[in-house]
Amino acid sequence: MISGITKDHQRFRQIVKGKIREDLRKFLTRGELIGREGNKAISIPVHGIDTPRFRYGDNNDSGVGTGDASAGDQADTQGEGIGPGGDQEGKHILEVEVSLDELADILGEELQLPRIEPKGKKQISSERDKYTGIRPVGPESLKHFKRTYRRALRRQIMTGQYDPDNPRIIFERGDKVYRSWKTVMSPRSNAVIIYMMDVSGSMGDEQKELVRLEAFWIDAWLRRNYRGIESRYIVHDVRAGEVDRETFYRIREDGGTRISSAFRAAKALIENHYVPHEWNIYLYHFSDGDNSSETDSRECCALLREHLLPMCNMFGYCQVASAYGSGNFINVLHEHVADEERLITSRVNTKDDIYDSIKAFFKAGR
Amino acid sequence: MMRTKAIPLPQELARLAEEIAEHARREGLDFYETVFEMLDADQISRVAAYGGFPQRYPHWRFGMEYDSLQNSHRYGLSRIYEMVINNDPCYAYLRNDNTLVDQKTVMAHVYGHCDFFKNNTWFSQTNRRMMDEMANHATRIRRYIDRHGLEKVERFIERCLALDNMIDPHSVFMKRRAPRGSKSSESNGAEPTRYPAKSYMDRYINPPEDMESGDENGQREQRVETSRLPVAPQRDVLLFLLENAPLADWQSDVLSIIREEAYYFAPQGQTKIMNEGWAVYWHSTIMTNYCLQAHEMITYCDHHSGTLATSPGRLNPYKLGVELFRDIENRWNNGRHGIEYDRCTDIEARRTWQTRTPPEGRVIGQGSIGREKIFEVRRVHNDVTFIDEFLTPEFVEEQKLYHYRYDPSTGRMVVVNRDFDRIKAQMLFQLSNHGQPYVYVMDGNYRNRGELYLAHKHNGFDMDIKYGVETLKSVEAIWGRPVHIAMRIDDEAMLFSYDGEQSTQQRIDESLDLPLHQMP
Repeated sequence: MISGITKDHQRFRQIVKGKIREDLRKFLTRGELIGREGNKAISIPVHGIDTPRFRYGDNNDSGVGTGDASAGDQADTQGEGIGPGGDQEGKHILEVEVSLDELADILGEELQLPRIEPKGKKQISSERDKYTGIRPVGPESLKHFKRTYRRALRRQIMTGQYDPDNPRIIFERGDKVYRSWKTVMSPRSNAVIIYMMDVSGSMGDEQKELVRLEAFWIDAWLRRNYRGIESRYIVHDVRAGEVDRETFYRIREDGGTRISSAFRAAKALIENHYVPHEWNIYLYHFSDGDNSSETDSRECCALLREHLLPMCNMFGYCQVASAYGSGNFINVLHEHVADEERLITSRVNTKDDIYDSIKAFFKAGR
Repeated sequence: MMRTKAIPLPQELARLAEEIAEHARREGLDFYETVFEMLDADQISRVAAYGGFPQRYPHWRFGMEYDSLQNSHRYGLSRIYEMVINNDPCYAYLRNDNTLVDQKTVMAHVYGHCDFFKNNTWFSQTNRRMMDEMANHATRIRRYIDRHGLEKVERFIERCLALDNMIDPHSVFMKRRAPRGSKSSESNGAEPTRYPAKSYMDRYINPPEDMESGDENGQREQRVETSRLPVAPQRDVLLFLLENAPLADWQSDVLSIIREEAYYFAPQGQTKIMNEGWAVYWHSTIMTNYCLQAHEMITYCDHHSGTLATSPGRLNPYKLGVELFRDIENRWNNGRHGIEYDRCTDIEARRTWQTRTPPEGRVIGQGSIGREKIFEVRRVHNDVTFIDEFLTPEFVEEQKLYHYRYDPSTGRMVVVNRDFDRIKAQMLFQLSNHGQPYVYVMDGNYRNRGELYLAHKHNGFDMDIKYGVETLKSVEAIWGRPVHIAMRIDDEAMLFSYDGEQSTQQRIDESLDLPLHQMP
């Protein structure tokens, strides 16, 4: 039986999620979420949940307190027992705790993202029974003969029944021990996301923030849907290198831009670690599109066509608007690689575009 | 897995409960039979979310309460030691992870509350079978949900809850007007005529359709005639809506349920300081006189002082209540009361005033004049009258009370002074109508268009505009016609209106129609 309060609680969570969904665009732009892990709770302010009642205004707050303070001192009055309406201060905005996973779910529902179809056979996370211990009861077929024999022998020696001349060992009930097992889930990784980020000098703090937010939400959502997904992070200016997640979200760099370096690094990473027919491979590249030279852009296109696109499920290119530079790379891609349906491009100019950009990336459902 | 059943009360505690009850009775407390139940931390949160009851009607706001209780428990921000409900028998909950000395203290404390519930006059009109009543409410609302759908009923409950502070807690003690039935019996014309007939012919001679429709028409006419216009400004807005708003049967029932529960909880809001003070007075008296073992002393003192802890800027109702009770007891034992004492302005004389010799002993117990006085106080007062009657300048000084107010230039709360009159006025203001604004129905047929006109009775403080406008929408949803509320904002009379589509506001001047009644 589910008790009343459990139902009420579920209903409340449902309502909260509804409210979050309404304001999803806003939550997507909250920078402080970056770097959180899936099951950690996040405190989120939700508007308009509490029932408004007729009440006194806040501006005329005064009250009675207690303590040694003298006139003119600040009365520290957070909390109960103070002026009219004082204990309801700020209640209209309710702080609710949700986990990142829940947020990612809401994101998924709201964007109506199709769940990405797993590839190959290894993706099924299987249950496996593993013998891990010994117990005194069990089916005869799982009897641990060696141990049972040893116990019986010991008992017979102790009780003096053992006759070395006629070594007959007879099991009794208490001697028998059985194997026991545990069911373990063995999730198999079947997808890898490779994030590539342009950290060149032309990418200002604002651009990096946008890129990180977008990468973060893509990451959060994909991690939610793929247990044991692998993420790899590459940053580049004129040279590219792999970094860990932490660094990816925090790094500050400078320098020029050579996008092909990142593509090469990704290619090398895939060739060394991820066999394309066993892995779903997702590539995301974030940049301001200000590549150093036309030659390099063309090289990028060639790399994409010949190597990266055939290997991956999807290549997402997200270009952020930048104060400097041409932002021409997205046009080059459109021109030369437009016919590839695995390539999806999007532009992000402000934080509000993140939502649409993610939507653009996932609507194809690869 | 979740446990829904209470853990049975261990023998030892059951024995202690009886022992403490015995001490309490000997000291003069008088309470209903009290049933203690053991709950674990999570169960306590569940019950607390329901306001202490094991069953309430389904609504997500209880879930919200539970959510926040659970979080504050998880982070160790708050700990609910006990809970007790005003019912006959009284039900009280103990936490299974309290220490033994805590359990004893809680039990003594609970008997204090039970005594207060039973004997304080403000509780005298509350339903003592509320436990059953709450379960009935739950069943009724569940039935409406089954019939009309969760969201519809839930939405309507929210509308009603938005208004649940608009009741008249004093109305249960007096007849503000003649009961509704009395008038209608005179004007018999509305009743359809029933012709005499044999029982088997009755259906044909007096067709049931006629009987019913006649009945309804009659009632409706009467309704419009008698009470769309309140006889005087009416504070029980919920009652006015209940009687006059065009509600479906289920809606009326939901509204009446919300109203009934609001009335049940009202005295607890009216007597918070007294009730807690009284309970603290008794747990401390019983524990220190009878129940405390030497080795429990430190734990007891620690937890007791935790309960009474004040932090700067806060008034702790437990502390304030018990200190005031003790002060009263002490004053009466020394004869520091009566007209001469009250008129005396010489501080030194007041301090050393003694017209009566207090009885000997560390704790002055039963039979003393002071003790008798506080029993009387707990019977007849509520927080407002309690403060009004017994707050003295000496007490204010001793408790280091001060008056603070919002300083617009710094945006902070700033201590103003320690002026007795100001402090007392402020406390009384906060306590009256437990800090809720007074809202009255002025007209139920405003501008002869069936519009509802409410007004806020201004007593020095403005109402919150944003909340007011939002709440007005709930009123409109129930009333079904445009609604207005007159409020004074920055010394200007304003009328806020909501017509179902948009909210408007205007200054009240001569061009506006007057409602039936004016705020006196």
